[in-house]
Amino acid sequence: MLIRYAAMRLVQLVPMVLVVTMVVFFVMMIVPGDPVMVMLGAVDGAQISQEVYDAMRMRLGLDQPLIVQYVNWLWNMLQGDLGSSITYRTPALEVILHRLVPTMYLMVGGIIMAVIIAVPAGVLAAIHNNTKWDNLATGFVIVGISVPTFWLALVTILIFAVYLGWLPSIGYTPPQKDFVDFLRHLALPLTVVALNIAATVLRFQRQDFLEQMHQDYVRTARAKGLSERVVLWKHVLRNSLITTLTVVGLQMAYLSGLITIVETVFNYPGIGYLLLNSIHTRDFVVVQGVVLFMVFLVIVVNLLVDILYAVLDPRIRYQ
Amino acid sequence: MKARVIDDSSIFGRLAWRSLSVTRTIIAFARRDRRAMVGGILLILYILVALVGPSIAPYDSNSPELAVRMQAPSWAHWLGTDRIGRDVLTRIIAGSQISLQVAAGAVVMALILGAPLGALGSYLGGVVDSLVQRVMDAIMAFPSLVLALALVALAGPSVIMLWFAIAFSSIPRYARLVRSGVLTQKEREYVYAARAMGQSSMRILVRQILPNIMAPIAVQLTLDFARAISVEAALSYLGLGLSVPYISWGTMIRDAQDFLEVAPWLAIFPGLALVGVILAFTLVGDALRDLMDPRMRRSLNTPGQRIGIGHADHPGALGS
Repeated sequence: MLIRYAAMRLVQLVPMVLVVTMVVFFVMMIVPGDPVMVMLGAVDGAQISQEVYDAMRMRLGLDQPLIVQYVNWLWNMLQGDLGSSITYRTPALEVILHRLVPTMYLMVGGIIMAVIIAVPAGVLAAIHNNTKWDNLATGFVIVGISVPTFWLALVTILIFAVYLGWLPSIGYTPPQKDFVDFLRHLALPLTVVALNIAATVLRFQRQDFLEQMHQDYVRTARAKGLSERVVLWKHVLRNSLITTLTVVGLQMAYLSGLITIVETVFNYPGIGYLLLNSIHTRDFVVVQGVVLFMVFLVIVVNLLVDILYAVLDPRIRYQ
Repeated sequence: MKARVIDDSSIFGRLAWRSLSVTRTIIAFARRDRRAMVGGILLILYILVALVGPSIAPYDSNSPELAVRMQAPSWAHWLGTDRIGRDVLTRIIAGSQISLQVAAGAVVMALILGAPLGALGSYLGGVVDSLVQRVMDAIMAFPSLVLALALVALAGPSVIMLWFAIAFSSIPRYARLVRSGVLTQKEREYVYAARAMGQSSMRILVRQILPNIMAPIAVQLTLDFARAISVEAALSYLGLGLSVPYISWGTMIRDAQDFLEVAPWLAIFPGLALVGVILAFTLVGDALRDLMDPRMRRSLNTPGQRIGIGHADHPGALGS
């Protein structure tokens, strides 16, 4: 049943993948300038004979109808052929994969840290509803939503690197080289990502916990004589974790924007930093590659969340 | 000030009376909800600053004055001066205009593009509806800041491109709001009545249904305003916003980054200005949501009286 559900979800993703890739394809078409001339390296009005021009045009497949171009392009993408980077002179996929590991530390670490902060805090805020703890949590959420990430990142640099001098302000060290230095470089960017995600998770964790506390099953559990601790931390939390999972899943699209900003502020060599650098060097093959890569990441994580959802809550499989 | 008796029979009198009652409603709302009070006051302040600020600012926002470079906050320059001697306060005031203008344009554009799509889908149903829905799902899955980056990077920053880039990811929210709104309203008696009177579908949609679904749309507009301001600032910070002579808070912070150690005020004050305006819209939006839709009364300050409803709002609303 679970496998059938997973397969069904996978099939449902097809239209989404089509639309999303179409968006990327057409967005890339608005690159100013003639791609044929760009590929020929003839930027400043250099004279190119008509034969050479047509040959390149044909090689790029630009003489084909748009829909054929799209299908060819999609086919190449699905095979992992994202084209070659203009600045690095290597396949774009290689460039991206090379930068992926630092980004994964930031993403996975950020989510874990956010959940560790937000879930207990959300539960406590819900249990002690309308007390000063709740107000504190609510204040944290409002501030977390209202403070722009890049500015928060700068403020943490200002405090912890410039004034206190505890941590390096920018850069990255691979963990296999010097683990302590790796952690020191990771600390600030990771905290900024985690706080940002935590604000959202906390908000929804608290709301959902409040909702769950008024459900019938809670009354039943209490009526059975279970202790309040078991009722709240076992029954209610388990049910509201499904919401947490959804929220975390939905954060993925947001997260890729977030890491782009955070990596840029901290000169942290992940795919977000790569994206921005490629935009500034006008290496559009890499830009397209990173955008597609991020989109697929979002889709895959959401699929996983859907499946995990069905594992946690058997009712979903039968709908 | 002289008190004047409002002559209810004249049109002007009635208008005055009506705006008075609107004002009263707003004041009552602000009194009841602390968030609305704080947010509302902040908001009025920002709008006033954007409207009249630049004309009363003491310095010129763009002309350098090399004699007073990099000065810390003082009586002459309350918030200090930047690396070529421009007054930070003056530039923050000037920046409020771009921030609010770009955000307003983006929010309106999202509404104009999204609402008809939602109305179309719900009115026609069938294939059109599910097609629109699928496209909207896909846009929701898109990393919106990343897409905005790509759009602006490729097409070059212009005001209209910025509007579109920021609006794009909000389109599904309006399409969905309008779609579900129309679906619930179109079986109501007043719609049947209007149809019986021979009104056209278009007229019913715009004149009858639309006013009835404005409340959730207004809430969404307010919350999106906060998001749009934050995305504009982020794009500018990343070097993809409007360039000179436009002044954006994001660009100011970007320029300040190199002088973090020697002139931290250059980064701190524009950032505080940003936080304030985003906070204002978020607070007002949250309070409005609670006010307008009691079912959603599960927001920050009010404990929800829970009847299991779905997750009507989700964190996509929060940002990029």
